[in-house]
Amino acid sequence: MFAFLANPDRFMAFSRWAAPLLGAVAALLLLAGLYFGFSAPEDYQQGDTVRIMFIHVPAAWLGMFAYLCLGVASFLTLVFRHALADAAAKSAAPLGAAFTALALITGSLWGRPMWGTWWVWDARLTSVLVLFLFYLGYMALRAAIDDESKAGRAAAILALVGLVNLPIVHFSVEWWNSLHQGSSTFGAGRGDALPAVYMTPLALMGLGYLALFGSLWLVRIRAEVWRRRATVQALRAAEG
Amino acid sequence: MDFDAGKYAPHVWPAFAAVAVVFAWMIVDSLARARRWRREADPRLRGDDRE
Repeated sequence: MFAFLANPDRFMAFSRWAAPLLGAVAALLLLAGLYFGFSAPEDYQQGDTVRIMFIHVPAAWLGMFAYLCLGVASFLTLVFRHALADAAAKSAAPLGAAFTALALITGSLWGRPMWGTWWVWDARLTSVLVLFLFYLGYMALRAAIDDESKAGRAAAILALVGLVNLPIVHFSVEWWNSLHQGSSTFGAGRGDALPAVYMTPLALMGLGYLALFGSLWLVRIRAEVWRRRATVQALRAAEG
Repeated sequence: MDFDAGKYAPHVWPAFAAVAVVFAWMIVDSLARARRWRREADPRLRGDDRE
């Protein structure tokens, strides 16, 4: 798959139909997730704030998944110096930052009525904030260096360093005493797992977020490929 | 469907509004970038003879 899509022309042909298809799938999944989310009964402890979970948890998942994509693309950029991998890394960063920001914002809006505070320097919350700062650092570093290839390599190294944070985010609720609850989805114990009435909208929203990320990632990579082609054309025109 | 968030409405609806705003930004910004650079890269869309 990587080898197939590594060719820019094949990638552009593939993404031309894959991006709108994923976008349509995302719209359907998100609508279904919202329907089941607002049809679910309020939780006996959390009341109606349980509905925030359907938009908060997938945002946190996608914040981490987008960073994993950024890390893999950065690795391919450093090892193979592949321009398309660099475009993929650059395109994943703003989307991942947006999902991570949403996780922080919606989590804070849930935390205020449930924990009695907007923010606490808890291991999970702090490690997600660090994830967000890695995204900002990646984008700032790219923007600060004029030479695009140097900027790509420098930012790729930063992205690889930031990969260390992903297991910290995931396991923070196990490694430290955390105010944040443990896993109630993947790897949850039988007693901690969500009932189907909440798991269904959560799964639909999670898949919807994933499809949206996939669609927009492809669109942004396509834009980056066109930007680089336009830059080359402009340079050729300037040379006469 | 139950849209009545009761006493938690001041927290539930801003959370959904934040998601709507950020999703709208992501979609509009991504499509605008693609549209702009496609036009810049394609001489036929750009309407000049740079290439």
